[in-house]
Amino acid sequence: MSGHSVQNVDDIDFSDIEAKYQVQFDDGLENIIVVDGVPVIDPSKADRLLTKIAKEFTKKGISVKVDDIFIPWDEKTGKSKGYVFVEFRNVDDAILAVAAMDKHPFDAKHTFKVNHFTDVEKFAELDETYEEPETEEYLPKEHLRAWLADPQGRDQYVTYRGDEVNIFWHGKPSQSELAYKPEWKDFLYVAWSPLGTFIATLHRQGVRLWGGPSWKPVQRFAHPMVKLIDFSPCENYLVTWSNEPIVVPEGAIQGPQYFSPDDEGNNIAVWDIKSGDLLRTFSTYTETEPGTPKKQMPWPALKWSPDDQFVGRLTSGEMISVYEAPSMVLNGKKSLKIEGVVDFEWCPQGEKDREDAEKEKSGKSTKKARENILAYWTPEFANQPARVTLLAFPSRTILRQKNLFNVTECKLHWQNQGDFLCVKVDRHTKTKKSIFCNLEIFRLREKDYPVEVVELKDTVLDFSWEPKGERFAIVSSSDPNLGNPGPGITIKTEVSFYQLDRAKNDFRLLRHLPNRTSNAIRWSPRGRHVVLATVGSSSKSELEFWDLDLHTDERSDKSTIEWGSGLASIGAADHYGVTDVEWDPSGRYLATSASAWTHTLENGFAIWDFRGQELVKLLQDRFKQFIWRPRPPTLLTKEKQKQIRRNLKEYSRAFDEEDAAEESNVSAELIALRKRLVDEWNAWRLLRKKEIGEKDESKKEGEEEKEEIEVWIDEVIEQSEEVVE
Amino acid sequence: MRPILLQGHERSLTQIKFNADGDLLFSCSKDSIINVWFSHNGERLGTYEGHNGTVWTVDTDPSTELMVSGSADNSMKLWQVSTGKCLYTWEFPTAVKRVALNEEGTQIVCITEQRMGYQCAIRVFDINRDEPTKQSKEPLHMFNPVGSKATVCAFTPTPGVIITGHESGKVALFNVKSGEEIESNERAHGDVITDLQLSKDRTYCVTSSKDKSARIHDTKNLMVIKTYTTETPLNSAAIAPNRPYILLGGGQEAMSVTTTSLRQGKFETRFWHKVFEEEVGRVKGHFGPINTIAVHPNGTTYASGGEDGFVRVHHFDDSYYRAKPYGDAEILD
Repeated sequence: MSGHSVQNVDDIDFSDIEAKYQVQFDDGLENIIVVDGVPVIDPSKADRLLTKIAKEFTKKGISVKVDDIFIPWDEKTGKSKGYVFVEFRNVDDAILAVAAMDKHPFDAKHTFKVNHFTDVEKFAELDETYEEPETEEYLPKEHLRAWLADPQGRDQYVTYRGDEVNIFWHGKPSQSELAYKPEWKDFLYVAWSPLGTFIATLHRQGVRLWGGPSWKPVQRFAHPMVKLIDFSPCENYLVTWSNEPIVVPEGAIQGPQYFSPDDEGNNIAVWDIKSGDLLRTFSTYTETEPGTPKKQMPWPALKWSPDDQFVGRLTSGEMISVYEAPSMVLNGKKSLKIEGVVDFEWCPQGEKDREDAEKEKSGKSTKKARENILAYWTPEFANQPARVTLLAFPSRTILRQKNLFNVTECKLHWQNQGDFLCVKVDRHTKTKKSIFCNLEIFRLREKDYPVEVVELKDTVLDFSWEPKGERFAIVSSSDPNLGNPGPGITIKTEVSFYQLDRAKNDFRLLRHLPNRTSNAIRWSPRGRHVVLATVGSSSKSELEFWDLDLHTDERSDKSTIEWGSGLASIGAADHYGVTDVEWDPSGRYLATSASAWTHTLENGFAIWDFRGQELVKLLQDRFKQFIWRPRPPTLLTKEKQKQIRRNLKEYSRAFDEEDAAEESNVSAELIALRKRLVDEWNAWRLLRKKEIGEKDESKKEGEEEKEEIEVWIDEVIEQSEEVVE
Repeated sequence: MRPILLQGHERSLTQIKFNADGDLLFSCSKDSIINVWFSHNGERLGTYEGHNGTVWTVDTDPSTELMVSGSADNSMKLWQVSTGKCLYTWEFPTAVKRVALNEEGTQIVCITEQRMGYQCAIRVFDINRDEPTKQSKEPLHMFNPVGSKATVCAFTPTPGVIITGHESGKVALFNVKSGEEIESNERAHGDVITDLQLSKDRTYCVTSSKDKSARIHDTKNLMVIKTYTTETPLNSAAIAPNRPYILLGGGQEAMSVTTTSLRQGKFETRFWHKVFEEEVGRVKGHFGPINTIAVHPNGTTYASGGEDGFVRVHHFDDSYYRAKPYGDAEILD
């Protein structure tokens, strides 16, 4: 140690450093709070009171020293005034103290009322005269379904490519045009609402809905980092999910449209679309034992009943909780406790059910509409067999139960009118070595809900009901490569069609198509037509267009025709690298797209008619999404629809004429354009040729006559002399 | 249309060219040899050996007596077509990227690469046709184009004026005597110009570019007459005489070919309608990008040379001549 280094500290001039690092104190009054409701006391008890108050504060985690508390005294009575001032080191502590100590019961008689000192002043000076708030001028809102009034009855679709979104009209080539090009920025993807009223974009800050003829923002839902959304079937509610739990930072805006601190840590939020209010949040966090692989979260996590009345939430293996919308309270104050429950589905509402429900609502009919129905299944455990149950809701009566054995997995498929339920049961043999499949078909419109079983030897990959129909199609496979997908392996499949045989009242095989690679069934939304597609394969990308009623114009005389004879292939096509196949809502067109989200080969989309004729094909790099705009159900009555179908010929004449007129118009235009192009070209060529000709008049065009020389070659191959005797 | 496959090169093709009569097809490649073929049956007539590096370019005179080639060995050679003898060799400081003869076969224009501190240079030589082995070592004219380097060039019908295509996508007319830029179109293309071929009467030319488009320019005033936009980088464009078509060839960059499928590569020869700017057909075959395309002077045959090392010669079928894809309008050549 050197003696020099030890200096008298007082000798050094620190003023420059002190000036530099001087702490700025809050010299305002923000760090002072007023605590009202303190007992009125004599000065003799002051010390005790102060100690007590300081202790109460400290209990709540706020350290207050006795010296910081100031008791004002009434000079007349000599007693305290019943309130004290507390000074804190900084504003944050003061805010915290107000939040923690306000309405704190000090003792049986006294309750603290804590306010900021500055607030007291502020409210004292408040202008007491009432000012009437200005009524906002009424602004008529746009008609959200204006697109349905398109005179040409066209459908719309949205494409998302790179950072670019376009909304197009789809019709005849002359009528296909850009409907709107939005300038939306920085979003994950777009989605239509189920009836096509809104289009949603997912941003960092939350979800935004757009709609109306001018595509103005309609509503927004502040769910930061939202990743998935789901609309309720009648477009009343929206469910959003983010993988990041909700965090409500201090000072965040509060209100019915925003998360409150109670929502912290949850992932799922339910919103009311019309008001934009947050209804409730849920957590998706489920306790999994460490070591078990994380299960993929099923989406939608909340399942809506078809009339938007209820929303069900599954707690795997324990229960189904059904909440009433929009209050979001648990129906009957208790969940459906079902041990082992794996999955459930609501029965869709058919057209007739909807009518019945409306009639009942308006009081026109006393007939009760069908109750909502839930179907759920539980696997085998302990000594109980696996079981599929149909449950009416909200009455909670069990309609039908079916026991199943040797079950590996079940999938519930409702027909879209709620007429049938097919439970695809993957069953294993006793040794658990091989898997085969049963289709348990529940008939919902018949008494006692009869169940029929279709047994299959192979594994069923895809199952699909014909919309509004009595037929279904399955893709099955017995390929040994099934279950271990490798690159470049396309699994061989077989497709089968089944139909309800009215005579025998059971489902019978209509047609079996072996040796396919199709893995996706896409029924036209109006039934009858179906497309079998091979998607997600790098080598195969076939599209097969089938018609199930080719020889029958009217379905009424079905009984007279031969079984399965109406089924015919009406077209085949190929879209390399196809990832998505989607019918338009009218069932006239099919769109196929190759999305850059899956692979980067030949991204783009194509539109086909129902016979597989290509109408549009557009290859665009970084193409991501193609979605048809859905349509709400028709407003025409059944009778009206029938009438239109009957007089179709008359109606179509007008359209045919329109088409013919347009066609001749277009071709005339095109011919004129071509003629103009040719004339321009020829004029320019003549001019140049003339110039050249003038320049070298002497040099004649040495166009040689083509000379053909034929050469006959005689070649002696062999010569032999024979002596004739 | 059954193609004839010419397998005479070990590496990718750089340029192919029909002679004026169209009976011979010259091909040069990165394997440093030049081959000559009978165009009607694909029989190889001979090989010109002598270069020590990639032969980038060839051209022949109207009488098919002499042939000129430019190579990466920094030399340009004059050959006797009939014997395969090298008549003369010019040496330069850098590689020769393009050679072209004038209509009479009396002058050569050549472009040398910009490298190792040397600027890109354009030189014009007179050919001593009387004594072909005795050529002037010094060029008749020489100049360095300012700005972006030239990649392709050709003589225009105007004496002393050449047309050039540049790395930046510029097309320009130069006076060879003064080296002065007479006319230029800076925005002819958005990327490097890969090929430039003249019409028979040299009044217009077609250029292809890596910007995925090809264009017809008037060689007099550089006006863009037509544009053909494809979805792949183009390496070559040719004009089909007597029929209103433009042939385009290209494909994925050679370096990324191995990572993409054949389907994706777009290695087809595309036929575009010259006037309506619409694609009318494609011919498949190569399994690498097409580097060069040439059409027979009578328009009866076309050949394509690819990165895959093959030359494919196609004789057009009758249907090619009969087809009138857009009506009967007569279109001048």
